[in-house]
Amino acid sequence: MQRKHLLITGATLATLLCARIALADASAVAEQYKWMTFAVFGAIIAVTMAITYWAAKSTHSASEYYAAGRSVSGVQNGWAIAGDYLSAASFLGIAGLISLYGYDGFMYSVGWLVAYITVLLVIAEPCRNIGKYTLGDILAFRNNPKMAKTVAALSTITVSTFYLTAQMVGGGVLIKTLIGIDYEISVIGVGILMLAYVVFGGMKATTWVQIVKAALLVTASIVLVAFVWTPYGFSLPGFLDSVVGDAKVQARVAALLGDAAKNMTGTELGQRFLEPGLFLKNPIDQISLGMALVLGTAGMPHILMRFFTVPTAQDARKSVVWAMAIIGGFYVLTLFLGMGSAINVGVAQITAIDKGGNMAAPLLAQYVGGGPDSMLGNFLLAFVAAVAFATIVAVVAGLVLASASAMAHDIYVGVIRGDHASPGEQVVAARVASLIVGVLAITIGILAKGQNVAHLVALAFAVAASSNLPAVFLTLYWKKCNTAGIVLGMTVGAFTAIGLVMVSPNMTYPLQVKAAEEKVIAAQTGRLAALNADLAKAADPAAKDRLTVDIKKAEAAKAASEKKIADLGGATTSLVGLEKPLIDLKNPGLISIPLGFLMVFVGSLLYRDRRAEEMWDELYVRQNTGIHAEGASAH
Amino acid sequence: MTRPALNWAAIDSDPRFQELHRKKMAFLWGLMIFSVVYYFLLPIGAAYFPELFRIKVWGPVNVGILFALSEFVVAWAIAGIYARRANREFDAMAAEIVRDAAKIGA
Repeated sequence: MQRKHLLITGATLATLLCARIALADASAVAEQYKWMTFAVFGAIIAVTMAITYWAAKSTHSASEYYAAGRSVSGVQNGWAIAGDYLSAASFLGIAGLISLYGYDGFMYSVGWLVAYITVLLVIAEPCRNIGKYTLGDILAFRNNPKMAKTVAALSTITVSTFYLTAQMVGGGVLIKTLIGIDYEISVIGVGILMLAYVVFGGMKATTWVQIVKAALLVTASIVLVAFVWTPYGFSLPGFLDSVVGDAKVQARVAALLGDAAKNMTGTELGQRFLEPGLFLKNPIDQISLGMALVLGTAGMPHILMRFFTVPTAQDARKSVVWAMAIIGGFYVLTLFLGMGSAINVGVAQITAIDKGGNMAAPLLAQYVGGGPDSMLGNFLLAFVAAVAFATIVAVVAGLVLASASAMAHDIYVGVIRGDHASPGEQVVAARVASLIVGVLAITIGILAKGQNVAHLVALAFAVAASSNLPAVFLTLYWKKCNTAGIVLGMTVGAFTAIGLVMVSPNMTYPLQVKAAEEKVIAAQTGRLAALNADLAKAADPAAKDRLTVDIKKAEAAKAASEKKIADLGGATTSLVGLEKPLIDLKNPGLISIPLGFLMVFVGSLLYRDRRAEEMWDELYVRQNTGIHAEGASAH
Repeated sequence: MTRPALNWAAIDSDPRFQELHRKKMAFLWGLMIFSVVYYFLLPIGAAYFPELFRIKVWGPVNVGILFALSEFVVAWAIAGIYARRANREFDAMAAEIVRDAAKIGA
């Protein structure tokens, strides 16, 4: 225990030290207020490390390591699911989308909640009743255990790696933008902290870190919304009236619409912000993404894993209902965060620091506290930045635990040791696997610096929906489903989803990039010529200064575009050797999900398996009644 | 922990289990289909019926905003309706089968 204590203290100090280095860059939090962010963040680390120390003391068996001894209550698990699910992308990203594009951003958030209806109705309770720790355990129930566990583990690791990469890279960029800590140091800091939680405290520590983070996130959002909405007496039309009438919002819509905005009045432009179509242009893509969300969430290994932490199926049900209340409530609040930021901060300021709009909520926090020069404003900004950091760490911890369980429990204990590992050996395997996955996550995070990883989240959901969900769903509800079906379905589903993305517009196509950048260069060259001509004619020194500034800006824009072309290094084709996308679809779900289901049917019918059918009665009775379900460990 | 051997096939064909299965399936599928249809009406409506979404009904609040907000209310309502029926009816039916499990088909 002494050794663990020392290691945990060491991890805390290392992270804080990392955080103190390199604070020079421009960021949302101003230099003189950074200590506040570190103070808030230090407090969060101290609390979560205390939790980890406490959790580590009672983590000795596999059931304790992977499932917190199945002693988490329904309400606690509901908060933990929310903490596991609400990533920085939803906290900062969706608020940002709403601040930049209005209605479409809000519409985008709906699918993330509706996804939980599938989880509640068809997945949570049956999985709790027949499962143990992993997706592989569910699929191994009536199929060949070694094959089922192998495909399930590979799929779990694939899905989690996509999601993890997006979180690590996105998190590193966000921390840099918020507080100015170097990208690599952020990634390593997130990695070390998360490893301390997962390796020592297992599921118990991870659960409580997620609960703390969800509570902080909800508190921060409620405080901000209270500030934003109070002036309108909590009236929805009153608040939206001020959005419609806001000059900054009207200017933003005019810029988005271009020529179409010429004959519109200010109010019409403002009202347009509350109507669809400013961001989401392709309905087929949206329906495809919607399918991936609604079916993929229920196939996400780190979400499935949460249902093994509660004592009974009734608690699993209760936890989804609580999670839906928290997640849904949070998304409704983002409407006010996003719109509030659009009217109080304004798009120009939001995008000045980050083009994607991620700074909408943090800058709103600064504004409602009194602005960039006020103590309260900077405290609120510091608080939101620290919450964002905690958010990234908590989500990453859940993902690492899910991958590690697939590696240690499914592959090592299940396949290699043939389920004959001693309890002590199982826990060691789990800790070693967590360490391996964690180090891999840090390495991937650093290697993928500068890559566009935004589409990896959607891809993770698409793979989960095309591979895991059809296999789990049909093994639970279709008597004839068997090993051949799940192996074929999961393989084809996953490869189709990944393959379609590789040939989709999500990839970088050098020729298209080059053409776009050449357009920018041509435009800037023309502008430079005009500006230089003006400069030669200008007599007034003030006008000269202004022109010089503009010339510098145009030169910088031109140089940036030239650098982008140079970075392509003469490449003419994408990663898979294409000059242009083969398909228009950005989200593969529309094709890969039905195909995943179809292949489970085909495989099952081609290779009939008597054992799978004989086990059906037992599986079906047990999933509906909870007879012989894994019980809570006695304490 | 040793588990008593149970006659799963007999439990499965027990009328009480069959009734639980029938009631649950009809209820779950009904809710599931309704929720999926209701959800996809939102992107379909926004893409193909923008004029409808634009109609203002409460100050600047238009049909689109109300419809998006209603998605949240409907999702919560479905969760509530399911949890209520499962807590009151399905759990009791399952508990009765669990109690008699060892006797059925023995």
